[in-house]
Amino acid sequence: MRELSLNVMDIAQNSISAGAKLIVIDLCENSDADSLTITVADNGAGMTAEQTALAADPFFTTRKTRRVGLGVPLFKMEAEMTGGGLEITSEKGVGTTVKAKFVPSHVDMIPLGDINSTVLLLITCNEDRDFVFHRRMDLHEFTLDTRELRAVLGDEVKLSSPEVTEWIKGYLTEQTQRIKEESSDEVFRGTSGDKG
Amino acid sequence: MKSLEELRAIRDKARSQVILRENSDNAVRVLVGMATCGIAAGARPVLNALVEEVAKRGLQNVTVTQTGCIGICQFEPVVEIVAPGQEKVTYVKMTPEKAVRVVNDHLVNGNVVTEFTIGANS
Ligand SMILES: Nc1ncnc2c1ncn2[C@@H]1O[C@H](COP(=O)(O)OP(=O)(O)O)[C@@H](O)[C@H]1O
Ligand SMILES: [Mg+2]
Repeated sequence: MRELSLNVMDIAQNSISAGAKLIVIDLCENSDADSLTITVADNGAGMTAEQTALAADPFFTTRKTRRVGLGVPLFKMEAEMTGGGLEITSEKGVGTTVKAKFVPSHVDMIPLGDINSTVLLLITCNEDRDFVFHRRMDLHEFTLDTRELRAVLGDEVKLSSPEVTEWIKGYLTEQTQRIKEESSDEVFRGTSGDKG
Repeated sequence: MKSLEELRAIRDKARSQVILRENSDNAVRVLVGMATCGIAAGARPVLNALVEEVAKRGLQNVTVTQTGCIGICQFEPVVEIVAPGQEKVTYVKMTPEKAVRVVNDHLVNGNVVTEFTIGANS
């Protein structure tokens, strides 16, 4: 993929196919540790231990339209190319968590790209599911939880209505910019870490 | 900064309007293939263009959503239009520009864009 945010879109599709009602996407960047961790967790159908062990194998898929599954193996390979890796934990009937760790300074690192576009499209095209997006850059973070938005909007206004979509888009843009500025200020002043 | 207060205002405004929703039986579904092959071939910007254009045109009875792999990877990005009482139309090798045309010609004006369909491309 050209952007890791496209892999996130793809990995989240597995959660959707597994019937998840809640999908949590978490991005955690730590500049001191030179790491980016991307986690997609769902409460979908889950997998048996045997299926979980096979999930990162390109010859495993439960789809019937093609014989090989590419999404998880591709994401895993992209993580490993940077010196990171991918881990899947799953429990039948409970859900699945895919966690990939990247080393951003590595030459083979693929840029994250437009993660906000991925999140916005997942939310607006899946009115029947909830999403939590949490992003952390060093000490700064923000969360978008569609359950909270629904609590305000009630049943009358859909998350996919144009005004709400605009609001979500604006919120993601503003919050991303805020945490980026706050964490780069700290790196500049040399106060990155737990000194606060 | 965007606040929940603004969301409340959006809700109150919607409540005060009489919403003339089309009967959901008339709902048109726009499905974008979002399997690995579709995403790698550029399905996300196509989905984005569809969502934005449908919103811009105020098409209340149209839902844009994603679907899995439909097994025609060489034609991705693929967009299907499913309308009640009509045969499904499959558009292939889509781009954001083509998506905008499909919304305007097909969804707004009811004219299938034949040149983008699978029939014209295989
Ligand atoms: N979140 C998930 N929940 C349940 N099963 C999953 C999940 N993610 C992956 N799988 C299983 O792993 C298989 C391989 O996934 P993937 O590599 O994305 O290929 P594909 O989605 O094309 O089948 C899927 O077909 C599915 O059986
Ligand atoms: Mg997949």
